[in-house]
Order: sequence, then structure tokens, then C-alpha cells
Amino acid sequence: MLGEGILRGLAETSRNFAGSFVSKERLTTVEYPEQRIPTAEAARVFPFLVYDGPDWHAGLRCVACQICEKECPPKCIFIEKSKDKKPDYVGKMQIYPAKFDIDISVCMSCQICVEVCPFEAIKMDTVFELSTDDRFGGLLLDTQQLAKSNEYYHTIHPTEAGEVDARLAEEKAKTEAKAKAAAEAAAAKAAAAASAPPAATASAPTPNIATQPKPAEGGE
Amino acid sequence: MLDKADQIFILLKNWVVSFLPAALQAPAGVVLGVVGILAIFPTLFAIAVLMERKGLGRMQNRIGPNRVGPFGVLQPIADAIKSLTKEDIVPLTADRPVHFLAPVLLVVVSFMGFAVLPVGRNMVLVDMDASLLFYFAMGTSTELSIFMAGWSSRNKYSLLGAMRGVAQMISYEVPMLLSSVVIVMMTGSLSLVKIVEAQNHYTWGLPHWYIFTPWGLAAFVMYAIAATAETNRSPFDLPEGESELVAGYFTEYSGFKFALFFLGEYLGMLSISGLGTTLFLGGWSAPLASLQWVPSWIWFFAKIMLSITVMIWVRGTLPRLRQDQLMNFAWKFVLPMTLLNLMVAAVWRFMGEGWLRWVVCSAILVVVYAGAGLFEMRRKHYGARSYRYAE
Repeated sequence: MLGEGILRGLAETSRNFAGSFVSKERLTTVEYPEQRIPTAEAARVFPFLVYDGPDWHAGLRCVACQICEKECPPKCIFIEKSKDKKPDYVGKMQIYPAKFDIDISVCMSCQICVEVCPFEAIKMDTVFELSTDDRFGGLLLDTQQLAKSNEYYHTIHPTEAGEVDARLAEEKAKTEAKAKAAAEAAAAKAAAAASAPPAATASAPTPNIATQPKPAEGGE
Repeated sequence: MLDKADQIFILLKNWVVSFLPAALQAPAGVVLGVVGILAIFPTLFAIAVLMERKGLGRMQNRIGPNRVGPFGVLQPIADAIKSLTKEDIVPLTADRPVHFLAPVLLVVVSFMGFAVLPVGRNMVLVDMDASLLFYFAMGTSTELSIFMAGWSSRNKYSLLGAMRGVAQMISYEVPMLLSSVVIVMMTGSLSLVKIVEAQNHYTWGLPHWYIFTPWGLAAFVMYAIAATAETNRSPFDLPEGESELVAGYFTEYSGFKFALFFLGEYLGMLSISGLGTTLFLGGWSAPLASLQWVPSWIWFFAKIMLSITVMIWVRGTLPRLRQDQLMNFAWKFVLPMTLLNLMVAAVWRFMGEGWLRWVVCSAILVVVYAGAGLFEMRRKHYGARSYRYAE
């Protein structure tokens, strides 16, 4: 009969109306500032720099190779290389960024910097509440603002961070094995020489091996 | 005591007026009545807007406004402040005086309708013999303001919205008038006060409202449809269909003028619900004889708010009609049904007392309604669509 559909529709909306007061499934609204849903693991907003260990400056994985700066499509990364060097996670002496700034008002969150980084130093963050009343200075993040610990990386992207750690550990083990082999070879050479002067050459690689595990501890 | 509560506004008015000299008492009484209308109905407008936003939200499984005040009850105040502080932009090519007058006229005309509505026992601002006629004359004037707004904006969307609005309102004016004529036929008076008094009788504790008769129910349904279309409410909100016309005739309005349009629209809803209440739902009379001790004005406002709730409910349910569907519905279904209803009312009048007239009148209406549903409103099959050029 005419009007039947209207009555059925009215019944449906009244069911919605009453149901929204009793059923959690119907009323799916998340009242954002008070209620939050955790961000998805694959969520990405802007990049940050990963550091190992307690000191952000000493543990920064970035070696200022500037690949990300060159690859960045909107050119929002600004890097200045340091004059001196510091040891990286395997203990090799590397340049570090004296200045590493990202202008997040320019950044388009494409993740290309993350993909090109050979040192697992730059990763995507999930922080999205970045509004500021200073749209120039407030949105230009400096090195200290960008530096975030590996533990933090583990909390926001646990799977990815685990993979990265495994890869770094493998690389470190490879380097260590190589260093060990080199040291053994050197020691064997020294032993083969079997004379007084080799003692000095044999002592040279030893401190290198000894220092290796130390900075690496933070990385695991 | 209860009599005093019923007549509290009248007594209050008389008390205030008694401080004035005798010559000023009559005009002061009228002014006080006007002030009362100007205070109460915008308050109801605020409540209705809040109810609409909260209720529609719940129907769509949302929460609705809940930030301003506890549960968002102060939202209308925030909206009002926002509207008042917004910039008032008038298009460069607009016809400025007409552009300015359109919202003002709409609000003024919407308020005029309240002058003749009996809000409670003895509570009517102007008790004239032809108050129903006056009401319709005022209600029709809103079309003028809508066309003024659409024409003066010099915007194609505004103009299209206004054209649609005027076409729709004129089409639905006819069934609305005809459905009210039935009441006039039965009461024998155009005075709304007399119409309410005619319904204020009780048999077995039940009221003699006109909606409880076959012709009254049919007329009420037709009136409700026409009233929804008259106030440009969903599903008849084509004049402001935002998907095709931005906002229709008030596209070029901002700030306070926009708020006036909004106010005018809701005042129209309130007044048309008030008229429907007066004509069909017994006005200020109580729904049960045992509830007559409740002040009459409470019943009137409760019935108005109930009508508004139903309008919101319908808005939350039905999608917008197409222009041809709208016109077909008005001229091919609602209008013939109201004309038939006039006949049915005449049959009812001349069959005299008894149960037979109930059966005969109901049968005629139901059979014609079902038949119209089957034949007139059936889905038309046009066959497969053929393309001449775009193959």
C-alpha cells in the first residue's frame, strides 16, 4: 500500500535513534581529544631521526651522507656535515650531522627519505598533533626535536623496528667477524713473523675489537 | 489556584497594564502580547534547532553537538553569537534594498501568523472572525520574500532555488487550503478560537478532536504533507538542495541575514505546526478529560513541539524528491485526495449521527487511497534507455 515504505523508513530511523543510546556498535563516534584510538602501525606522518643509547647526540645513527636531502622531492631536509667524526654503531668513525632540520610545513610525508637511507637513521613518526601558532619557526624542526630513541621507534612501529634491529645486528656481527678475521690474520702474520717488533702491530687491532661492543649495546 | 496557572499570562498582563493610565491600557496590552510572542517563539526556535541537531545525529548514529555546555544544550547561544559576529557580505551586483528586505520580510511575515493562533484559553493576540484567512494570507507572503531573495542576489543558484521554492509553495498552498476548508465546513467558522472551542468537548473522557474522524484524519495527513512542503522541509527541501543549488535562495546571504532566514524558516515550521494543532489536534485542549487541570498553554506548546519532533523524524528518514515527483505528488495525488475529502466531509455532515457514517466515510477514503496508490503512483516503466548520439 502507498506509504508503506515511508513507515518502514520511520521505523528504521527510530530504531537508530533508540539504539544509539544503548548500543556501542551503533554509536561509533570517538570523541577525539578525550578518547583516542591508537594509531595504526603503518601510520606515518613526518620523519624523525633514530638514536641508540641514552644520549641523543652521541647515539644518532645519521652519518650526514645527504642522500635523503638529495632525494627529498619537496626539498624539505637541510643537512650540514660536521667537521669532526664520532664512532657509529659498529665503532667506525663517521661524520655526523652538525645540523639536520626538516621543514614539516614543506614535507609531504612521502617516506622517500626513509627508503633511501642506508643507515636506518631516519624513520616515519606517528605524532600528528603538531599545530603551532608560529608557522615558520614552529614548523622547522631541528636535530634535537627530530631525534627520538630507538625504544620510541619500537613503541610506534614494533614490527618494522624489530626487523631493523635484526638487520643492524647482522651487519654488526658481520663487521665483527671480519674484524676478528682480520685481527686473527694479523695475529697469525705476527706469529709467523715471530719476532719482537710484531708485538706492537698485534696490539694495534686489539683496542679496536675491544671498543666495538660498547656503542653497539645501545643498538640492541 | 489551577485556574490562575491556566490564566497566568493574562493575569500578569492585566497586572502590568493596571499601572498605566486608562487610555494607554489597551495599546500596552497589545504591545505586551507582541513582546510575549517575540520572546517565546524564538526561544522555541532555539530549542527546536537543538532538538533537530541532536535528534538527527542520533538517527544517523552520531552524537550531535555536545561541546557547548552540558550535553551541548548551550549550542544555540554559540550559534547565535557566531551568526551575529560574522561578516555581512552583499554581492556587488545584488539589488541592495531588495536583498536587505527579503529576510526582514520573511521574519516579519512569519511572526504575523502567530497573532491569530490561540495559544491557550483566552490567550490570542487578535481574535478576528476570519483569522484562518488572515493566517493563510500571511503564510503565502513568505513566497514573496523567497522570490525577493532569489531575484535580488543575482546568482543563478539563488534564482533557481527561488523558482523552485515559489513553484513548490504555490502548488502545495492549494491542498493545504483545501484540507483546512473541511474544518471550516464542519465548524462553520473561520475563527481559530471558535475552531478550538468546537473541539474542546469530551465523550467518555476522550476529546472531540477533528483528527479522530475519518475526514479529519485524511485532512490532517494532507495538511501535514502540504505543511512540510510549505516550510521547505525535507523531503520537500528542493529549493535549498545543497547538492545541486548550494543553498538555494539564500546562497548569497551571510551573517545575520542568514540567521534571519534560518529563524524565518523555523518560525514558519512552528506557526504551521501551531495551525495544524489548532485545526486538527484540538489546539490548547487537553488530550483526556481527566487532564484538563493542566494549564491550556502547556498543551498547546507540547503539541507544537511534538509536531516539530515528527518533522525532524521525517527529515531524518526521507531522501529529497525530484522536481517532477514533487509536482506530480501535489497535483495528481494530494489535490484530488483533498477534493475527495471535501465530498466525504459533506457525506459525513448529511448522514447524521450514527455509526454508519463512520463506516461509509472511512470506506470511501481507504478505497480511493489504496486505488490511487496502486494506479496513480505506480512505478512507470519507460523501457531501456536509447542513445542517439552517444553510442
